[in-house]
Amino acid sequence: MSKLTMVEALNLAMDQEMARDENVCMLGEDIGINGGVFRTTKDLQKKHGEDRVMDTPLAECGIVGAAIGMAIYGIRPVIEIQFSGFTMQAFDQIEQNMARLRNRTQGKYTLPMVLRTPYGGGIRAVEHHSESREAYWAHTPGLKVVIPSSPRNARALLAASIREDDPIVFYEPKAVYRAFREEVPDEPELMEIGKADIVRAGNDLTLISYGAMMRPCKEAVEDLAEDHNINVELIDLLTISPMDTETLTRSVQKTGRCVIVHEGHRTCGIASEIIARLNESAFEYLEAPIKRITGFDIPFPYFQVEEHFLPESEEIVNAIKETRNWQ
Amino acid sequence: MASHHQDKTKSSAGDEVIPPSTPSEMNTSPIDLGHIEVMQILNEHGEVDQGLEPSLSDERLLEVYRAMILARTFDQRMLTMQRQGRMGTFAPNTGQEACTVGQVVPLTKDDWYSPSYRSFGAQIMRGWPMEHLMRLWAGFHDGFPPPENVNDLPFSIVIGSHVLPAVGLGMGMNYKKKNDCVVVNFGDGASSQGAVSEALNFAAVYKAPVVFVCENNGWAISTPTAKQTANEVIAARGVAYGIPSIRVDGNDILAMVFAVDEAAKRARNGDGPTFIEAITYRMSLHTTADDPTVYRDEQEVLPWGKRCPITRFEIYLKNKNLLTNDSIQEITESCEQEVIAARDKFYSMPSANPGEIFDHLYEIMPEELSRQRDEYRKRLDDKGVDYE
Repeated sequence: MSKLTMVEALNLAMDQEMARDENVCMLGEDIGINGGVFRTTKDLQKKHGEDRVMDTPLAECGIVGAAIGMAIYGIRPVIEIQFSGFTMQAFDQIEQNMARLRNRTQGKYTLPMVLRTPYGGGIRAVEHHSESREAYWAHTPGLKVVIPSSPRNARALLAASIREDDPIVFYEPKAVYRAFREEVPDEPELMEIGKADIVRAGNDLTLISYGAMMRPCKEAVEDLAEDHNINVELIDLLTISPMDTETLTRSVQKTGRCVIVHEGHRTCGIASEIIARLNESAFEYLEAPIKRITGFDIPFPYFQVEEHFLPESEEIVNAIKETRNWQ
Repeated sequence: MASHHQDKTKSSAGDEVIPPSTPSEMNTSPIDLGHIEVMQILNEHGEVDQGLEPSLSDERLLEVYRAMILARTFDQRMLTMQRQGRMGTFAPNTGQEACTVGQVVPLTKDDWYSPSYRSFGAQIMRGWPMEHLMRLWAGFHDGFPPPENVNDLPFSIVIGSHVLPAVGLGMGMNYKKKNDCVVVNFGDGASSQGAVSEALNFAAVYKAPVVFVCENNGWAISTPTAKQTANEVIAARGVAYGIPSIRVDGNDILAMVFAVDEAAKRARNGDGPTFIEAITYRMSLHTTADDPTVYRDEQEVLPWGKRCPITRFEIYLKNKNLLTNDSIQEITESCEQEVIAARDKFYSMPSANPGEIFDHLYEIMPEELSRQRDEYRKRLDDKGVDYE
């Protein structure tokens, strides 16, 4: 066990997977000697060589497209797009090929590839560096979308993603990259993709979130337990698509009340999908309308005011109290 | 790469004046393009540049000829089937047979080929059964996956989106230290796509063993090359990225085979990519949904009939005493029979299975998708539709 930041934990996962399987390679801008703009791939090129940790030209569509070809050829590329806002350059290759090649070829060609990219706000970055557009990829048939929330689950989910035969969009909450440390086992550890985690059991209300928003959610849940004697069940989605509807359903059938928090935009966001599913699977158990706290439907604001855009724990506390008391 | 040779041998084809098949003298760009000449080995009169004549056996030459006839025959049959309402929208290849077939002649089974939708002549030569291609164009899911033991990508529908993955295949060959290569085909229209430029750059930077064949047939639906690009020398793109680049008479089968063979050898030898601009002409429709008379003066098409790549190759093969009028007739008839047999096989194949549309998206079907499949099956049941 070592106490690692998320950046160090992700690095550990990639290092161990590269050591385990010579077909695992990395492509991305500045990921080699520079170790990536967030240093997530630090020293990997030194350890595994330039042939396996490849600095690429500055072209996101090119990175994804080239990785697709390599994956068809039996290699397992792990690619880094510097910021999730830049994946829009690669939308073409993600939609036309990455998401649908298995389907087009009826399984003759598979794409065991992972697209890693830091997402979300909170680090005082310039425009286009704070987007949370996971809904795009969850909306795209053929992809899986994974979003860890802590160093330990980031490591285990990335290692599992690298071993998957289906293409994965792996969103890394950059606000969490160095926010805290957590014990991470030295030996390889995997987590099943497609399973949500019940972080804290409770009976009064179900709070669903993922990624960087898990931190304010945890704060809110602790406050409510201490100050208001409200016992919240907190669920970390971890995999956005395919979504673990069963876990969400069981929880809401138990609590009858639900609040969802994410920083991505509201309209057609992940919360919209969760509410629709719970409407199908737990309608008769609901004792209050499901509430959502999300990013607003405006471009992510410039960093002088970003703190007001991102959901905070106090707002989450209020939403939970409101939903708890709804009659 | 070889340059244009002038020492043509005389042929018996006569002295009819046919306008040059290349637009190079029409180029008005003030930029020095590095004088990319258009390589021609076999001219419109069947005269051959013996210094560059590829060393194909007599048997192989006849195989190539037959592949071109087969492509033309398939093309005509598909058009007929489409007009009969028994085929989906189809993109004919008439007049581009030398370019299409020539680009895969030098390939081995271990090499990869990434076609465009007009490349069926090449796909047939690569081992795609014609009835399989008919399934593809007729809208069956099982038509798209390349057959067993054929290292091809399915063609892309979104123009140019296959070129980056083709480069990735080449990077994969480098990664696995294989001495094979990839040929990727795209058109003058695709050359405008940003992803194609990114592909050229990646291939050059990583010295990927890729042969880019830009099949410049003059038209992207209704857009002529002159409106597609201000520099009609598309091979200049390759030069810009540091890729050895050449222009080839795409209606000259010998030049096509020679250029691709040289490029493939370079690629397999670790010398990186080559860009080949093959100049040809789309004599027919963009697709069966298209009417070129709306946007194209048919007078423009006429000279290209005289530049027919098949006729030209016939003169050459006759001069080599490999073909006679009788053997041409025999080959034409046997191709016709082969296409008819494929058509009949296609007609006798099972109808589409509506049940399969959920089956191949993921390795393991997610629960939500499984629920949606149940919903879909119920819809089929309610409508009384059979499925597996």
